[in-house]
Formats: sequence, structure tokens, C-alpha cells
Amino acid sequence: MKKVKFRHSAARVLVLSISLFLSINTLILAQEETSPTDSQEEDVQETVQGPEESNVESDVSGDAAAGKALFNSLCAACHKLDGNSIGPPLRGVAERRDIAWLQSWIKNSQALISSGDEQAVEIYNEYGQVAMPPFPQLDDTDIENILAYTSEPKAVPESKQAGSDGAAAPGAGGISTDIVLGILAFVLLMLLVILYLVNKTLRRFATASGVPLPAKKVTRKPIYRSFIENQFLVLVTAVALLLVSGYMMYGYFMQVGIDQGYQPVQPIHFSHKIHAGDNQVECKFCHSSARVSKHSGIPSLNVCMNCHKSIGEVAEETGTDEYSKDFYDKEIQKLYTAVGWDPAAQAYTGETEPVKWIRIHNLPDFAYFNHSQHVEVGGIACQTCHGPVEEMEIMYQNAPLTMGWCINCHRETNVMAEGNEYYEKVHEELSQKYGVENLTVAQMGGNECMKCHY
Amino acid sequence: MSSNKKYWQSVEELKEKSSAVETLPQNEFGVEIPTDEFLGDKKTLEGSTTSRRDFLKYVGFSTAAASLAACEGPVIRSIPYVVQPDRIVPGVANYYATTVADGFDFSGVLVKTREGRPIKIEQNTLANTGANARVQASVLGLYDSKRIKRPKSNGEVVSWEQLDRDVRQGLNAVSGEIVILTQTFASPSTTRLINDFSQQYGNVRHVVYDTVSENAALNAFQARYGERALPNYDFSQAETIVSVGADFLGDWAGGGYDAQYARGRVPQNGRMSRHIQFESTYSLTGANADKRVPVKLSEQRAVLAALSSYISGGASTSNLPTAVDDAVVKAVSQLRRSGSRGVVVTGIPDEDAQSLVLSINEALGSQVMDTENPRMIRQGNAAAVQQLVQDMNAGTIGALLIAGVNPAYSLPNADEFVEGLQNVGMSIAFSMKEDETAKMCNFIAATPHFLESWGDVQLTKNTFSIIQPTIRPLFDTRQFQDCLLRWSDNNISYYDYIRETWEPSIGTATWSDIIHDGAFQASAPSGIAASGNDTAAPVINNEATALRNLSAAPEAEGYELELYTSVGLGDGQHANNPWLQEFPDPITRASWDNYLKVSRADAAELGLENENASDGALNGSYVRITVGDTVVDNVPVYIQPGQAKGTVAIALGYGKKEGIQEEMQVGVNAYPLYKNFSSFQNVKIEKVGGVHEFAAVQQQRTLMGRGDIIKETTLEVFNTQDPHVWNKMPEVSLNHVETPVTSPDVDLWNGFDRTQGHHFNMSIDLNACTGCGACVIACHIENNVPVVGKREVRKFRDMHWLRIDRYFSSEPTFSEDIAKKENMSGLGDSLSQFGELEDPAENPQTVFQPMLCQHCNHAPCETVCPVTATMHGRQGQNMMVYNRCVGTRYCANNCPYKVRRFNWFRYNKNEEFDYHMNNDLGRMVLNPDVTVRSRGVMEKCSFCIQKTQKTILDAKRDGRAIQGDEFETACSLACDKGAIVFGDVNDETSLVKRLNEDGRTYRALEYIGTKPNVMYRVKVRNSTEA
Repeated sequence: MKKVKFRHSAARVLVLSISLFLSINTLILAQEETSPTDSQEEDVQETVQGPEESNVESDVSGDAAAGKALFNSLCAACHKLDGNSIGPPLRGVAERRDIAWLQSWIKNSQALISSGDEQAVEIYNEYGQVAMPPFPQLDDTDIENILAYTSEPKAVPESKQAGSDGAAAPGAGGISTDIVLGILAFVLLMLLVILYLVNKTLRRFATASGVPLPAKKVTRKPIYRSFIENQFLVLVTAVALLLVSGYMMYGYFMQVGIDQGYQPVQPIHFSHKIHAGDNQVECKFCHSSARVSKHSGIPSLNVCMNCHKSIGEVAEETGTDEYSKDFYDKEIQKLYTAVGWDPAAQAYTGETEPVKWIRIHNLPDFAYFNHSQHVEVGGIACQTCHGPVEEMEIMYQNAPLTMGWCINCHRETNVMAEGNEYYEKVHEELSQKYGVENLTVAQMGGNECMKCHY
Repeated sequence: MSSNKKYWQSVEELKEKSSAVETLPQNEFGVEIPTDEFLGDKKTLEGSTTSRRDFLKYVGFSTAAASLAACEGPVIRSIPYVVQPDRIVPGVANYYATTVADGFDFSGVLVKTREGRPIKIEQNTLANTGANARVQASVLGLYDSKRIKRPKSNGEVVSWEQLDRDVRQGLNAVSGEIVILTQTFASPSTTRLINDFSQQYGNVRHVVYDTVSENAALNAFQARYGERALPNYDFSQAETIVSVGADFLGDWAGGGYDAQYARGRVPQNGRMSRHIQFESTYSLTGANADKRVPVKLSEQRAVLAALSSYISGGASTSNLPTAVDDAVVKAVSQLRRSGSRGVVVTGIPDEDAQSLVLSINEALGSQVMDTENPRMIRQGNAAAVQQLVQDMNAGTIGALLIAGVNPAYSLPNADEFVEGLQNVGMSIAFSMKEDETAKMCNFIAATPHFLESWGDVQLTKNTFSIIQPTIRPLFDTRQFQDCLLRWSDNNISYYDYIRETWEPSIGTATWSDIIHDGAFQASAPSGIAASGNDTAAPVINNEATALRNLSAAPEAEGYELELYTSVGLGDGQHANNPWLQEFPDPITRASWDNYLKVSRADAAELGLENENASDGALNGSYVRITVGDTVVDNVPVYIQPGQAKGTVAIALGYGKKEGIQEEMQVGVNAYPLYKNFSSFQNVKIEKVGGVHEFAAVQQQRTLMGRGDIIKETTLEVFNTQDPHVWNKMPEVSLNHVETPVTSPDVDLWNGFDRTQGHHFNMSIDLNACTGCGACVIACHIENNVPVVGKREVRKFRDMHWLRIDRYFSSEPTFSEDIAKKENMSGLGDSLSQFGELEDPAENPQTVFQPMLCQHCNHAPCETVCPVTATMHGRQGQNMMVYNRCVGTRYCANNCPYKVRRFNWFRYNKNEEFDYHMNNDLGRMVLNPDVTVRSRGVMEKCSFCIQKTQKTILDAKRDGRAIQGDEFETACSLACDKGAIVFGDVNDETSLVKRLNEDGRTYRALEYIGTKPNVMYRVKVRNSTEA
């Protein structure tokens, strides 16, 4: 008997040790998962620093970092480093033109043109006689700084390499855990085999030495039989099963038509993260009709072009592992195709092709929702319903958009009555009636059926 | 007094032994439900292999399958503009001023557009022309699926370039005259353009053709004042209006007089106008008159002659029947008393009569008539049109350009026209439809709808209005004017041409002001001669001859037929508009039809019958009408109470067959009877076999003794007695004490405090309402109310949220009946007047009552809904929640006002209901702010909650309080008479608040205690005889 007992506990120990092993292992994995982001951040810093070192080679002396700041605030509206915009591309302009000429051009280009300078007139005509505003506030050092920045060579390959290095790091960690796991599995398998062999040998010894093996127990009525014969238990189980399946059915049916998390692939990969998050573009800057209309409105393409006329490509650092700079640039090209913009000629071709976005937030036709009521009158932030849009690389439906969800918010949210003359009288009367300081939307009548269903 | 009057809705109720009326109060259904039809046939039932269990299995399976199929959501795409126009914000409506000028209706209007799509037409208060039912409905013409989409040449689709080439070749090589046959454009620029065109080609004649002619009035006016125009009237100035056969609340002289008329009809400081109407058929105008005298058409002439000679004092007797003569005498003395504030108008299609009326009004010194600033909206010349038909048959016409008219359908001698067309070298129809005329022509130049066109209109001599497009042309169409410009080698667009016309005469206003306002005052641009080549004044008889001609009434043989235009269809241009087809006639309450209206006596004589079928629907006999050698067969008969004996009437504009959907090809074409463009004809009538099925509303029920739904009184009582005499608050007995029904003690329900926030009320003035029905159409459009078709209307499944109930009544009070009996003298009187007393349908009075959901504060519908799909809002609306409704219809059964409508079918995207909601084009007119209801749900008036919510939201956004009368509903906006006033009764400054406290205000069926939020104002009749 003792031996039998021992055998059982051995199996238990085995199971325990396996689970212990596994749990430790997952901990290790979790730690490793966090590491790549750190390394990526470092990489990003590296890419930013990278070019700085290289400017030593340029023939223009100046502080490129200061120049970059100036460039971005003053020049970037009309000039890109590479590629045409309203004005010519500026990379390497210091090599193409005389520095003194550039100095006087930047300070007051019109004067230079009217003085009849040949180069000046030529470039003025080449770019459609659009006058470049004078920058008298820039002194020679500032201009030198800018030119230093524009003289930097393109830094594309470096950052790419850095990116791929970073991507490789977590991969290495993955391989090592796989090996550990493999070894573990092998060891376990060996243990099982050994256990079996030991058992077999012991039995053989026992038979040989005449030790009686424990006889099989008398067969009792199997448990399922007694279960079936116990009508009470059957009934209770049946009821429980019915309830559970009813609950699950209900759950299933209640989620029909609820598209929370709906994240379709859009014809143009538009990243709200880049626009609303990284660049902090205000929501209503593009979705301007949310201020006055029931629709928030998908911005028309001309709104996109207000910025994208001069933003033909994303910055180096915008590209990620998942979506490279190339990928984003191609998406901007899609916009250009749709709106009919020829970036080379800096002109509209007139051939347009409307973008068929896939609508994410769909209310049923019998529900009326007005954005301006919530956004403008109620002062509700867009994120309250739409979630952390500024973090969404791909837009998805954040809220369930069910009636319960609407009603709940109406019960909990106070009417923003302060400073709104419309509410003055009614708010005073009703808050007295309900004995509260601030009325909720529901108390104001916002939960009446026909406020939304007509 | 108001209460002891008997109201009735159809002649059926007056029959003593009508089975329908007798059974109705006893049974819920007029007939037994025919269960035997499907349960009685035992053989089939037993023979069926499908058992009840099988049936349930099928149901279960299909339900499960359907719900599983519904689990997958569709992918919905949203396509924004590439370049969004500055003014368009998705979800926000824009309004543009433009003008309806289709040759029949002329109105300055505002067009509501959403996302660049016109969806509704409203009256432009700056233009002050009102907008009748047809004008309101004309927006659907833009989305008419029967529109011709590109130009055609001999039935083949061609390009405009090809058409231009062919037409110009034809015009240059023309042998004979070039004739331009058009509607009345009343457009200075078009006139100038046609003059230019004439100069280019030399031999051009412009013939203006009004489908429904005002030729006699135009001739009379031209002869007297030298201008081809119609006198203008301002009925708000009138104290006494005597009309001899003029339906001036309808389409008489271009219509649009009702708003001013209504202003004079509301008692103010104890005064209101008195209106006496001598007419044959029961018109809208007669229904509003204080005194209506039914006379034969031939007698109308004599009435006018008598009026004239009594006023001038030339004679003191006439050969009119005593009762009529008496009425004329009284009318004259009333006119005399009113002096310059009296006016006489007539609709007799006779130059003598029309010129006599001008003389009478001049003699009265009437301020009401304005001849200085006359109406220019009718220019047609009947003689010129007839001459053209003759010339066409003679073969002297080389080319015919037809714009805006459909003579092959609407000419009385249409077959002659069609024949003549064969002899015309080249014919071009400028048309939106492939109609009767366009089909016959060599070329069809597809024209745009007026909402896609430019234009200018001279409404009166000094009032002008601009037509501006509100949407880019949907199809490959070109305006008539642009074609003429192109063909007269002028390469500018018609828009530039209009600006060129107006540049010198625009005065201080800027072009953008004019475009913005739509209407403006100016003098006509100089140097534009009338282009019709009949500038010579017509010769008419002098007064004495006219008088003699009129009083010598021609002895009529057979019956006298009057041809009128119905409120719904007018001259028939909008026949393909399902809204107007389904619009019930204000007087007859019949929709989807025209019919011969006959008097009860004549019907009996001819053996004609109107009978209510077992379900309450109306059936009628057929007749054959013969005028000369023209026969119109199978005309249904409608027995019209108040129709003068010996006269019959039929509406023009029906029976169109070409360019119109099959469902809308209803009625008979009465234009062949319109001989010599005269609306009075002598006809022969014979009964023919068959039974016609009408689709008339409001006749399936009796009033069930609830006669006090209407309250009316006379001006005399109104002025001299306290309101509680003529507007008695109903009382109920509480512990044997009569208690007013408004008292909380007798209420079943607890009241709520309704003094906070908005509380919407509507006030409807029965005095100002003329029954024109513009509100009905406006409501239809605003709320996406479906059209259900004739078959369903006949089953009383009409969906109108707002209807205008018409109630007939006989003498004002019983006491008047008694007085009448007492005052009879002699055999003659008693013979005629006893008969009158016995027949209440002889000359009944009418009240119109717009009926919509009363939004009862204690609503019977709310308590019976098992799923709380209808409940009360704090703002007073009775709310109907479609998505909760399961369609038990308990609410409709419990509604005392019968204003709830049930969706028996899905009326959109359903081939069975092939109206505008069944095609992509027609659905563009739907209001995006209102749900399109699906099958199986109840619906009803919402007090246009989408509009009140918008007003509130606009105020909230601006951060301002709402003051005064900012709130509107579609019906209150459409009513240019001010009969419907909507507003917040908790707002001290609102008009509705003041009306709420007015003595004339009562609530429909108040004694039930429903506490409606709609109030009516007691109808006051000016029965004071001078």
C-alpha cells in the first residue's frame, strides 16, 4: 500500500513542478515583451541625432539644429527640403547659389527682383510669380543656420537600419525561450518514460518476489448511473443548463447589430493617431460640421489638401515598424489621386475620384442623433463617445451605441446650462422642482422617446 | 347659438333607410366579416396536406432563418465631397428663393435644400403670393421618373449638337411661318428673346395659349384699359364681396387671393367681411361664403345683369326666381352700404359679363379692385390659338415650336390640332415629359424642371420675381430660352441674358438682393414690346348691349355643364404627382378621380345613384356626356349637395394617358368638352351601365352624434352675447352639480404641472381656414407620409397626418327653420320652400376643420398601448415611437379624433405601391430628418417635432432664449391665411398664448376630457343681411 501511495504523490509532484516551471516561464516572457519598446525609443533618438554628426562635412558653417527650428517655423509652409512645393526644394541650396545672394534674397526677395537681378527674376517667373515674403527679422547667422540645416544630406537609410536592428532584438529573446521550452518538454517526456519503466520493473520484481498486488476493487454502480436515477439532480441540472443556455442565447442575441470594436479597412489608411495624436490637430478642425450639424461630417478632400498641399510625405520619424514611411507616403499619394493633385506640377488636374470611406458608426434610421447638440451645446469631448481617437492608428467603434448606453449617459451627465441664456428660465424652474443644483439631461427631458425617435 | 345644429358628412347619412348608416352605430363593421370565404370551404380545407403543425413549423423555420440572416450587418459607405461647396454643410438645410411659373400657378417660393437636393417648397413671405397645394407639391416634379432625360429626334435619342444642327437647318429652310406656341411665361426676358428670335428669322408668330383660358376677362380688361392683363383684387380691404360664379379661392384669374380674403374674414372689432356667392357647383369659394345662392349657369348672367341694373338704378325688377332676386336685392343694398369697400367679381366666361363687372366696380368706386397694377400672369389668346389650328390644317405653318403646353391633350379640338401637325414642316416640343404633344413632334427638346432653370416673371405690372436653379440639372436637358438663344446665334446663356435685360431697370437694388429675396418691385424693363402679335385691342360690346345680352338668358336645352379646375390637379400638369392625386378634394372628399357632380334632384331624375358599399366606400353610376358631336363616355357621377338643379360640373385636368405612370392615369379627360374655351356648356346626359368605385375619405363613419366637434355662431350673436353663450364650456354632473369639464374634480387622471419649459399648442381658426389644403400637402412632404394609392384609400387606409374634414349643415339653427316655415306666404312659396326644408342637401353650409393629432394632455391612446409606444412628452407632444410599436392598433381604436394611421404595408421600395418612394429618383425628396416608417407600425402627427427640436437647438447653440413665434410646424408654415398658429403657450409673448385666452377658443370634443393641445376657434358667420 505504501508504495502505491508513494506513486500517487510522485505524479502530483510532477504536475506541480510542471506548472511551476510554466508560470516562471511566462513571467520571463512578459519581461522580455516590454523590452523592445525601450530599445525602439532609443533608436528613435539615435535617428534624430544621426544627421547632426554628419553636418560637419558641409561647407556651410552654422547650427543645423537652430536652423531646423527656424526652417520649420518660417520656411516649411512653402518649401520642402526635397520635392516641389509652392517654392523650390531647398536641400543643398547653399551649393547651388551664392551665399551672399541667398542672404539678400531671403531678407527681401522683392527688392532683389525689382533690382533686375537675373537669377532672382528667373526663379520668380519659374514659380508662377508668387512673391516670397521678406524676412527682415533674420540676421546673417540665422540664415546661415537655416542653410546649414538645408545642407544636411538625406538621412533615410540610416534610420531604416536602426529600425530593423530594433526589430531584431525581440526576435532573439523569442528564440531563447523556445529552446528553454523545448528542453523542458524533452525533460518531462524523459521523466514520464522513466516513471513508466520504473513502474514496470517494480511490478515485475513484485510478481517475482511474490508480493501480492492490490486486487481490483469490487465494481460499484458507476456514478453517472446513480446520477441519472436521482431525478432531483437531473431536474436541477436541467434547469441550470436551461438557464445557462438561455443566458448565453440572450447574450448572443443582444450583441447582434452591436458593432463595438468594428474596425474596417478603409480605402485610404488614415491614421487618427498621427493627425489628432502626434500633431494634435483639433477634431473639429476637420470634422467642422459637428459644430453646426447633426453630422460630424467626413471632411471633404479639399480640407485634407489645406495641409497636404505642402505635406507630400511624412517625416522620417513617423514611420513605424508596422507602417513604414513608404507606406504612409503611398497613402498620401492615394489622396492626391483622389483629389486630382499633381504634386510634380503643383496643380490640380481636375480628374477626381471620390473616396468611398466605410462608415463605422451606424445608428439605425429611427434614431436621431445630433452632433452639434452634444459637442457645441453640451460641451462633450469627442473622446467621450469615440474613445481615444488620438491613439487609434486605425479608427474603430469605441462605444456600443446602444440605447442603454445613451440613456445611461443622459442620466449621469449634467446639462451645461451655465452661461447659456436658453436654459436660464427652464433650468431654474426645473432644478427647483427636482430639488437639485444641477439638472441631468434626463431631468431636462432628454430621455423622452421622441427626443431621438421621430 | 352653436349647439343645436346637425352636421353630416355625406348624403348617405341623409337617406332614411340607408343600410350603411343604420348598421354602423350597432356594429363595429358594416358587414359581417366574411370568414366563410376561407373557412367555409370544407373540401379544400380537408384536402390540404399542410396540417396546423406543419404550418407552425414553417413559421418557426422562416422566423429563425430571417433572424439569423439579419445578424450580419451591411457595409455602409460614406462618400464625402471632393470639394465641398462653401455653403453646404451636410445635415443643415439651405433655403433659396425662386418662383413657380408653370403657366397656371404663379408663386414666389422658398426652396429647402438638403445636401444640395431640393426637398420642400414653402411660401416666400417676401413675394406675398402664398403657395397652394400644387405649388407645394411641385418639388416632386423634379424627381419624376417619367421625365424625359435627353433630347429626341423622331423617337431616337440624339445629342444636343445633332438636334441644334437639324433644327437650325430646318428653320433656315422653312417654308411658311414659324410659330412659337407657349404657355404664359409672363417673363420680360423671354418676351425680349422671342422678339430677337423673330428678328433673326423674320416670319415668326408667337401664340400664347392658356390651357384654362381667362380669355374673356383679358379681352374685357384690354378693351377698357389697353393692357392685356387681369385686374388685381385685395380682398382684405373688402367689406362686401359679391361673387357671381367666380371661384376666387380656387384658381379664378390665377388664384392666390385666399390669404387676403381670409384676413377680412376674421372678426376684428366686431367686423368682418360679408361674402355672397351666386354659383352653380359647390366650389371652395361657395363653401366659405356667408350666403351661397345656387343658380343655374344661365341664371348667373341674369344675376349679374340684375346686379348691374339695380346698382345703377336702371331697373327694379328682374325675371329671376323670387328667392334669387331677393338675394340679389339684398346683395345690392349691402354693396351700396359698403361703398368703396364693396366688390363684385365674376367667373362667367363671357366678355360682356367681364366688362360689366369692371363697370360695376368702377361705379362702386371699389378700392378692392386694382387696375393700376394688374396681374400679368395670364396672357393667352383663344382666338389666336384657334387661328393657329386652322393655319396648321391649311398647311401655312412651316415650323412649330411648342413650349410648356400640351395642346394635343388639352385643346378642345385636339384631334384637329393633331391632324394639322402632320401638315407642319417641322415641329419641336419643349417638354419635360413625352406627353401627347411631344410624342407627335419631330423633335423633343428635353427641358429642365423649374428648380433647375433660370427665369424672371412679371407677376403684376410692378412686381417681379426671379426663378433661380437650386440644383444642377439632373438630366441632359436645356431650357427653352437657352435653345432659342442658341438658335438665334446668341452665344450667351439665358442667365446672362436675364441680367442684360434687368441691368438698366434694376434701380437701387443689387442683383444679389433680388436673387436673395426672390421678389422685387420695379417697372418693366423698357423697350420690350409684347410678343404676341395680337396687340390690337379686342372689340367688345358696349355696356348697354352687354347688359341686354346678359339679361336675355339663352334658353338652355338639357343640362348646363360647368368645367372647373380641381384644387388638387388644376389644369392637369401635375397629373403624375401622387401627392396631388391622393389629395382629397376639399368639398367632395374624393381622391384619385374626377367625376360629374350632379344635384340630388337631377340624379333622381336621371336614375343616377351614389351608394355606400358595405364597407362604407362610395360607388357611383356612370353617364355619357354629349356636347354637340363630342361624346365623353363612362363618366362617374358624384351627387353633390348644393349643386344647382339643372347644372352639372366636371373637373378638367384628368384622364391624361401619355408621359404618366399607369397608376396615375385616372379620371376622364374633360377638355374635349371645353368648346371655344368656354367653361359653360350645354350638354346631354345619359346614364350608362356599370358601377364606379370612388376613393373618398371621411365618408365611412357617421358623426355618432358628436356634432359639437364644430362650434359656430353668427356675427350678430358673437358681437352681442357673452362667449359662454356661443362657446359654451361643456359640463358634466358631479354630485348632481354641473361642473365644467375642465375642472380637475371631474378628471380621471391627475394633472401634471405643465408650466415649465416649452409647452406646444396649436390654434386653428375655423374662420380663416378656407380649406385649400396647402397644409395637407406640406405635412405630407415634411413628414415622409407615404402615398397608398386609390385601392387603399377606398379602404380608408389613407395616411394623411393632417386632413381637412368638411362638414355640411343645413340652416344655421332649427329656429331659422321654424322662422322660415312661419314666414311662408302663398302657395308658390310653400311649394318651393317646404321642399327646401325637406331636403337639407339642397344648399348646405360648410365648415372646414383641419384635423390632426390633438396631442391630448390626457390622451386615451396612451393608456391603452400595451408596449408604451406612445406616451406624453413634457413639451406637450403625444409621442409616437415607431421602433417600440408592435402594431396592436389599440391606440387608433381608442382615439376619439381618428387621427392615427396604420402602416398596413411597407409603402417604400414596394412594387405594389409604385409611387415616388419606390424609385431612387423619387426617394430623393424624402426628408432626411424624419424616419420612413415600416410595415406594421402606427404613425400620426408629431407636431413636427423635428422642426421644434431644430428651433430649440439653434437657440441653444446661439445661447439665447426663444421669444415670440419662432416655433413652426409644416402646416403652420404653409398656411398663408394665418389659420394655423403654432407656438409655446408658456411663453407670454407668443401669439398662441394670446389665442389660448381668446373667447373664440374651444377644444374639439372637450367634454370627453382629453384636454387637447390643439384648439379651434369658433366659426363666425356674417349672416347680417342689409
